[in-house]
Amino acid sequence: MAEERRQKLCSVILPTESMKAMAESVGVGSLQEESCLALSEEVSYRIKEIAQDALKFMHHGKRRKLTTGDIDHALKLKNVEPLYGFQSQEFIPFRFASGGGRELHFYEEKEVDLSDIINTPLPRVPLDVSLKAHWLSIDGVQPAIPENPPPVPKEQQKTDSTEPLKAVKPGQEEEGSIQTKGQGANSAEVKGKEKMRMKPRSTHELSVEQQLYYKEITEACVGSCEAKRAEALQSIATDPGLYQMLPRFSTFISEGVRVNVVQNNLALLIYLMRMVKALMDNPTLYLEKYLHELIPAVVTCIVSKQLCLRPDVDNHWALRDFAARLMAQSCKTFSTTTNNIQSRITKTFTKSLLDDKTQWTTRYGCIAGLAELGHDVIKTLIIPRLSVEGARIKAVMDGPVVSNIDKIGADHVQSLLLVICLPPEQH
Amino acid sequence: MAAVQDGPMELDAEKEAKPEILSDGTSNLSGNTASGTLSSSPLTAAPAGGAPKMEDQQTLIAVLQFLKRNKLSESVEILRREAGLGEHQEGSQATDGSGGGKGDGDGGDANSLLSRVSITSAAAPQSMPVKKDQPDVSVVLSAYSQQGDPPLYQVYYSGLKNFIESVLDCHRAELSQLFYPLFVHMYLELVYNNHETEAKAFFDKFSGDQECYYQDDLHILCGLTKKEHLKGNEVLLDFRTSRFVLHISRDSYQLLKRHLQERHNNQIWNIIQEHLYIDIFDGMPRSKSQIDSMSGSLAGEAKREVNKAKVFYGLLKEPEIEVPLDDEDDEAENEEGKPKKKKTKKDSLGSKSKKQDPNAPQQNRIPLPELKDSDKLDKIMYMKESTKRIRLGPENLPSICFYTFLNAFQGLTAVDFTDDSSLLAGGFADSTVRVWSVTPKKLRKVKSAGELNVIEKESDDVLERIMDEKTASESKILHGHSGPVYGVSFSPDRNYLLSSSEDGTVRLWSLQTFTCLVGYKGHNYPVWDTHFSPFGYYFVSGGHDRVARLWATDHYQPLRIFAGHLADVTCTRFHPNSNYVATGSTDRTVRLWDVLNANCVRILTGHKGPIHSLAFSPNGKFLASGSTDGRVLLWDIGHGLMIGELKGHTDTIYALKFSRDGEILASGSMDNTVRLWDSMKAFDEVETDDFTATTGHIHLPDNSQELLLGMYHSKSTPVTHLHFTRRNLLLAAGAYNSQ
Repeated sequence: MAEERRQKLCSVILPTESMKAMAESVGVGSLQEESCLALSEEVSYRIKEIAQDALKFMHHGKRRKLTTGDIDHALKLKNVEPLYGFQSQEFIPFRFASGGGRELHFYEEKEVDLSDIINTPLPRVPLDVSLKAHWLSIDGVQPAIPENPPPVPKEQQKTDSTEPLKAVKPGQEEEGSIQTKGQGANSAEVKGKEKMRMKPRSTHELSVEQQLYYKEITEACVGSCEAKRAEALQSIATDPGLYQMLPRFSTFISEGVRVNVVQNNLALLIYLMRMVKALMDNPTLYLEKYLHELIPAVVTCIVSKQLCLRPDVDNHWALRDFAARLMAQSCKTFSTTTNNIQSRITKTFTKSLLDDKTQWTTRYGCIAGLAELGHDVIKTLIIPRLSVEGARIKAVMDGPVVSNIDKIGADHVQSLLLVICLPPEQH
Repeated sequence: MAAVQDGPMELDAEKEAKPEILSDGTSNLSGNTASGTLSSSPLTAAPAGGAPKMEDQQTLIAVLQFLKRNKLSESVEILRREAGLGEHQEGSQATDGSGGGKGDGDGGDANSLLSRVSITSAAAPQSMPVKKDQPDVSVVLSAYSQQGDPPLYQVYYSGLKNFIESVLDCHRAELSQLFYPLFVHMYLELVYNNHETEAKAFFDKFSGDQECYYQDDLHILCGLTKKEHLKGNEVLLDFRTSRFVLHISRDSYQLLKRHLQERHNNQIWNIIQEHLYIDIFDGMPRSKSQIDSMSGSLAGEAKREVNKAKVFYGLLKEPEIEVPLDDEDDEAENEEGKPKKKKTKKDSLGSKSKKQDPNAPQQNRIPLPELKDSDKLDKIMYMKESTKRIRLGPENLPSICFYTFLNAFQGLTAVDFTDDSSLLAGGFADSTVRVWSVTPKKLRKVKSAGELNVIEKESDDVLERIMDEKTASESKILHGHSGPVYGVSFSPDRNYLLSSSEDGTVRLWSLQTFTCLVGYKGHNYPVWDTHFSPFGYYFVSGGHDRVARLWATDHYQPLRIFAGHLADVTCTRFHPNSNYVATGSTDRTVRLWDVLNANCVRILTGHKGPIHSLAFSPNGKFLASGSTDGRVLLWDIGHGLMIGELKGHTDTIYALKFSRDGEILASGSMDNTVRLWDSMKAFDEVETDDFTATTGHIHLPDNSQELLLGMYHSKSTPVTHLHFTRRNLLLAAGAYNSQ
């Protein structure tokens, strides 16, 4: 402990070389070692003094970052002329040069063409200061509105779900729970929370408002009014307070997909997939816990044999594409070395692709799903299969007319393959 | 106790002396100024007063000797006359001093004074050539020129360290207080005498042992490696001019004294005698936690005698209200007579209790401005509003409305609300002040003089007619400062706005014309904060020049200068009865000043970082202060005691406010949270404990978590200001920080 502190306090002074370099820059040729030392000590002390004064200005400016302005003000305090017009785009604007046995850092001053500056269009006028009011708390409870931070931050949702025991540890509870976690808690809630910690958080009771919200949202999402649906999806994608309803939403989606695939209700399947998309877009939700329900639903929408009542007319291909994109997105965001989502999904797709008996619809889904995972996947898994698939398509196209559905399927697979197997730059 | 017995008497004498000066001043001025003003003649009353403090006297004597030695007999005469110092007094001190009162005494004041004088007399010739323009500085510095063997310093210090670590637990905590001041003084002595390498070794060896709350000062210290640095460094100059104050029980002190005498450890003994002030008390030694809670300030704890002066913390009665309220009643009887009656009763009840308040100052102790008709109307509005006030409590938390400043790229530095919560002012780092109306009523300017001429002055709606509709807007910008605006404050009548800035001025703005009326110059350095008196007319400002100044709006020079802080005055607040001013400082103390005579009546130590926010409880009894270390401390003003510590914030607390009835304390911080604390509970728990009141040794319960009623995070918006509306709705303000 003491050692660390001593390290920190160790007085640092500028190297004498810098003194020499600076002296040279103002035309003083040979500076003696002693004067360099004296100078560097003095300069270091003065710099520290100014920095300490500048800190005062930072504190009073209610900032966490020290700015050049603060240093100017501190210089002004000491009756030193502030630095006028200094501005640096880079963090450290020094360049290194060596030669003739010397090493130098210098400040690079480029020639600036004034006409360039004059001719560049003026930057946009920054917006004026404005005042906005919102409720931080209503009768002691923080409302879950976009202006407020999410009631339960993502990190906590994560720790709650991944390490449920961590929260119960004694000792951490006192400081930790209230300092970093106890959000929007009134006294009753604070006390309640401490007790709540003791039992596993398996049950989630929704308040009346939340139940109402859940009902409204789900109805709007699968209802007939498109405007309402858009609003509902927007709400799912942006509202910070959905954490507690997440298990319900997830069940709603997986059950919905299960039922509607059997009933071949294409429209509803599309609506449900849009809900998944909205959930994934919400930055405040920790979805990892519910992937086991969501991923099967999405995969179903990609590879199911039949998704609609009239496969020859309805555009279920678009749903497969959309779901495949969702799948790729979740692979990107959620795949880790422990859950291996991407490799498991890839394996599933490849397996059915290799199967000769696979229907054209499923085949299309597999290819679309794989294609969305990126060029590497296309290169290693689809391109080698091109000749086989091509032969199969040809067989359907040129062969005897088996069924119209097969033909349409083959047609779609063909066009899909054509699109994805183009070289990347032509995409 | 023995050491401070003459304390109260001395203060009494001062009290008697001061009003005389004051009345002299008023009689001189009565011809040309309004009678209801504080006299502006006795500026800093303290040094000119009849009985200068001990340290002042020492310095004076030292200066006198210096002058004498330089044959400046005339100056000697003048100085002596002005200081009211008898020749015999100084002469006897000097002769006695040279006779050699070495520091073997009982720790009494006289003894240490003598040794001090002898040292200065020995050292003065040496210091003469070093600095001629600032004799007092060199005299102070020269106290260091008396030197021991530099390499032995480490031995001395570690010897004492070993001794203190070996004593009984109960004494160890108390004696450990010695470490820091001794360390600093020994280090400075080494530096002063040009023993650079020894100083560095000494620092490296022992700086790690110091309490963590002295880190900031140690950072400054470690930069100081040369004698030349000492001269310019204000912080350390203070460390030497003002003695570091320690409270130590008699037993522990005896123990220490015996040890030092046995070991003939004169070096340390000398430092204790010269630079430390040990306040000895009888009774149980204090525990480590007790000491820790009180220490941390730049110059140690407050001497107990400093906080013995009586403070009239009660509220002034408000007799003027009842008359207009009755009038109003008659007028509005047909509307809603009944509830009004009730209110009046309630009110007279309230003011009756105030009348009986034995702690209230005399009504005219500080001349207050007379109430205007508009003020009375406002008071009536206040009464009406307060009947609709929500009773807050742990079960009934306030709603919080957060005003976020968006696009404040230039940096929001200060915010204030008017008392009726209708206007909001923001000070910005780009030197502008902006005023917003937060009600639908827009801000309008008064018409120009030419247009005003044609208005019929007798008409009923003349007040409405003088306003220029064309200028109506939601916000107005006030240009005038030439540096960041660090403090803004509305006058209670909403006609004026004060702003204080880096450019060293305080400006008074009219909210009728939205122009600057006066620029008050005096600070010369950045002015960190300003605050209007709750009755208007007076205001206080504090800045980098380490003094707070009391001004009246119609005087361009300050009426009082509150000098005593050892570093920047960072925040200033008026007591609700306008008789006192509280200031917080970078020296980590809070001071309470008497407006009447500019005396410091309370020094409150215990903060471990610069203080950035202060709030008085509405009943005037308590004070809350918040600092950069994220802690709020609660103080009982009457007893001058710390009564609570609220831990939880993780960054600087910039805003503190009590609810209108004082049940809840709200704190807002740089860590983007607003926290609500149960102040009633905090105060209650202490009031039952009378042991602390008599001894002054507090034992703080660690109950921050119980007192915390709620915590509300904002989205990356530091909380700059908090305000309770008259109905107890909490308003918060801050600038959204997009990074």
